Amino acid sequence: MNIIVPVKQVPDLVEELEINEDGTDLDRDYLSYKLNEFDEHALEEALLLKEEHGGTVTVIAFEGEDTDKALYTAIAKGADRAVKITNDLPPGTPNHVLAKALASVLSGMEYDLILTGVQAADDRDGQLGVLLANYLDVPHVSVVSGVAPNNGAVTVQKEYAGGVMAEFEVDLPAVLGVQAARQTPRYAPVSRVRQVMRQAEIEEVEASDTEAEVGSSIRRMFKPEKGAGAQMLEGSPEEIAEQIIKILQEKGIKK
Amino acid sequence: MASNKLSIDPDQIIEKEHVVQEGMDISGQWNRMFEQRVIWDYNTEMLDKVTALEGGESLGYCYQCGQCVPVCPVNLVGDYGPRKIFRRVQLGEDLFQSPLLWQCTTCMNCLRVCPKEVDMIQIMPAVRQEAVLQGYVPEELQQAFENTFDYGNPLGESPKKRAAWTKDAGVPVPIMKEKKKADVLWFVECYPSYHPRGIDASKALARVLNELGVDFGILGVEEKCTCDSQRLAGEIGLFEEFAEQNIKTMKRYKFNKILVTDPHALNALRKEYPKYGGKYEVVHYTTFLAPMLDKLNFTNKLNYKVTFHDPCYLGRHNGEFEAPRQILQALPGVELIEMFRCRENSYCCGGGGGGMWLDGFMADHVSERLSERRVREAVEVGADVLAVCCPYEVSRFEDAVKSTGNEGKLVVRDIIELVVEAMGAN
Amino acid sequence: MSQDVFVVAEHLQGKIDDVTYELLGKARELAGQSGGHVVAVLMGSGIQDQAGSLGAADKVLYMEHAALENFNPESYAKALSHILEQNKPRLTLIPNTSMGMDLAAAVSVKNNLPLVAYATDVQFDNGQVVATSQLYGGKINVESVLEGDSSVVSVLAGSFPADAGKQDGSPAVETVAAPDGLDQTRVRFKNLIQPEGGDVDITQQDILVSVGRGIQSEDNLPMVEELAEALGGALASSRPIVDNKWLPKTRQVGKSGLKVKPKLYFAVGISGAPEHIEGMKDSELIIAINTDPEAPIFEVAHYGVTEDLFDVVPALTEKLKS
Repeated sequence: MNIIVPVKQVPDLVEELEINEDGTDLDRDYLSYKLNEFDEHALEEALLLKEEHGGTVTVIAFEGEDTDKALYTAIAKGADRAVKITNDLPPGTPNHVLAKALASVLSGMEYDLILTGVQAADDRDGQLGVLLANYLDVPHVSVVSGVAPNNGAVTVQKEYAGGVMAEFEVDLPAVLGVQAARQTPRYAPVSRVRQVMRQAEIEEVEASDTEAEVGSSIRRMFKPEKGAGAQMLEGSPEEIAEQIIKILQEKGIKK
Repeated sequence: MASNKLSIDPDQIIEKEHVVQEGMDISGQWNRMFEQRVIWDYNTEMLDKVTALEGGESLGYCYQCGQCVPVCPVNLVGDYGPRKIFRRVQLGEDLFQSPLLWQCTTCMNCLRVCPKEVDMIQIMPAVRQEAVLQGYVPEELQQAFENTFDYGNPLGESPKKRAAWTKDAGVPVPIMKEKKKADVLWFVECYPSYHPRGIDASKALARVLNELGVDFGILGVEEKCTCDSQRLAGEIGLFEEFAEQNIKTMKRYKFNKILVTDPHALNALRKEYPKYGGKYEVVHYTTFLAPMLDKLNFTNKLNYKVTFHDPCYLGRHNGEFEAPRQILQALPGVELIEMFRCRENSYCCGGGGGGMWLDGFMADHVSERLSERRVREAVEVGADVLAVCCPYEVSRFEDAVKSTGNEGKLVVRDIIELVVEAMGAN
Repeated sequence: MSQDVFVVAEHLQGKIDDVTYELLGKARELAGQSGGHVVAVLMGSGIQDQAGSLGAADKVLYMEHAALENFNPESYAKALSHILEQNKPRLTLIPNTSMGMDLAAAVSVKNNLPLVAYATDVQFDNGQVVATSQLYGGKINVESVLEGDSSVVSVLAGSFPADAGKQDGSPAVETVAAPDGLDQTRVRFKNLIQPEGGDVDITQQDILVSVGRGIQSEDNLPMVEELAEALGGALASSRPIVDNKWLPKTRQVGKSGLKVKPKLYFAVGISGAPEHIEGMKDSELIIAINTDPEAPIFEVAHYGVTEDLFDVVPALTEKLKS
């Protein structure tokens, strides 16, 4: 099975996010980027499928800050190919445009399965995988947490609320939005990443179509109002513990 | 009944009609001898896997004398021991997948006493590196590795906040990017930059450096983890990655020596960085301050019974036992008392060699934490302050003071905190 | 051009999900502004009776087809696309749920409609649709203007009160013919898998101690479990803990887990992604421990602690036990 995993760099939420002067975007000068964690799961699931059933895994990303590092890391984990889309699509480009660009690149590639992370922290205009599937006109299922090949199709589990899951059979090729891989995404030893950086090559392609109708624009970005918020408890751990117990007693939760 | 008469395989008996040994004819019936017995008892496959690695060779030297048994800090509270490592591997245990592999803290006390120089400081990183490459790495440790790769520190804190502690240090802490040139480059390291108790010590050291008029600067956000403990835990690639970055950064500035707070950074910068082209004069802050004590004005009498825990990577690894003691003894009112295990035979806090990121894992393999045992030793000698000078130790020992129920009896202080306390209020 | 506000009804195992009522309540308000009607879109097989529970709508468009008996990303998207093509409503609200995710982006492409996702609020402002999305792990709100005379907003569950949309009544039910070839799909529903029984039902617990990524390692779970025991409650968790298989799925609180309303929700090392908050924000008392003072969990918590959980949790357990 030949699997393509489109991955996306998203702002690292470990950093404090600031909004630019216009109030219409993040202040990107001070941002750092990290691979979307759901994409990490999509990659892990792809690697597991390859290890069990053979085939190849191709990781594809848009050029940007730390993209190379993410792609080399993917190869170090076991991906066969890494492809970088070199169009000037800055961070924050709407998913409709990214999906259209991906679709134009992927339509020239052979694949059985496309695994993407089910969502990303900056999906303002819808989830990338579903948009991509519709531009490619291939079937899709999102919020997937189990994939198994089944006679030229795949059997997938889609998660609903409350632990209920639905099982679907999906004809290939297909796009799946991965919620969680079967195991924690593997570690790429840095010595291997460094070796990959010296030896492996990242292929570069230009997407032929980056025109998509987004139909919406950002008017304002703001941090959520701090509402009433939590009353913060301070002091040593013991003092905090005592305050908590007092609160629990007042509310009648603990005698 | 031949088997009763002769229990030795007749084929193994060699009798020679005519034998001359060292010029003497010893021909005769009595020159009967046995062929060398072929040792086949052990399949050496597992041992060979270790000794074939660069750095793993010396495991094969072990002759099971057991000298390491009483000095190994982990052996004292658990099942691990250097002698046992050899024996188990000889019996066919795959060290690469064994939980034994992650228990050594690379404290070096076994190497100190080993007559055969079986060197766990080389063996452990070599085998661990292979294990990491094969994907056998405890999850906690993996998290620390990932954090380091992503953020340049194992705590997973924002690299942009590495110098945030300087804002309320109360004294100037110059950044090399602006200063360009200083007599002393202070390599702060991760825990002293981010951990609340590490920051306490960093602020104290900043104050003392200012008091002494030292011309110093720090790298600030440009500084990355030296990764010495990650290297010893098997992530040599990570070490190399950041060694290259740090060396490149430091090349941009002029300085005469590097001052470190963290003995692990001392070890990396002094012993490992030269291999990558970074040759520096590196001193630990205790070594740096000990000769300057007369320039500090101690106005506050401390009245503490202090015992000192020698950090493995300052003492055994880098030979500094005196400077910390000199500083402590110079503080008015401090009575220094030694624990039974001190200096060359000092115990280990459990944080070295990756142990800092394996607490949960280790809990399954030891009867008590190394830090807990050490805290009990400090209490036993009647100390009311356990003085340390490695940033791993403050939090480890403070946790252990709580978990052993010794709160109120013993406090843990970095030596530099005691120095500032003795200097009194500004 | 229609001024109607459409709401896509979500149902599982014959039961309309609460999120539908939340959206209907909001749609009532919006339709009042646009001067259109509230139209509920119900797709399924043999669930016409459910239209009666959608009384907040002026009209229910019901599409009945065997291929719609169970949710299917492909047949449902085709069906919805067909309905939207025929009606061209001013605005379509779709739950931003597991099912809704498969529909909203699909109809956005198929029908060339603007889409804004993860919305927690939708307004008409000078005749334009303005949606506020909760992005970046709940740390930033983004206000988008949707262009054109028909658009789609997918709304996070829990954004509006359900009560306003829970009205009995008998809205006009209009049956819509299914488009051709609805059963020729490349995605085929096989069956539903119910969660394994036998575990604690966290929705029935008065006290939940819930752990998140902040506990760092599976080995630290017993520490939190001990606190749960000392409080007389059960252990729950956020998604990453379940993804790591440290706890079973039955313990997961949030969008893809369970919704809980205990008397005490004690969040340990949970930053509070919107998906998690959705599942616990109605708890009577929320206490959260997280070292990041900016963590969104503190928005919904009544009391917050930024000290290290590894210090506070054992201290609290010990004090509770003594």
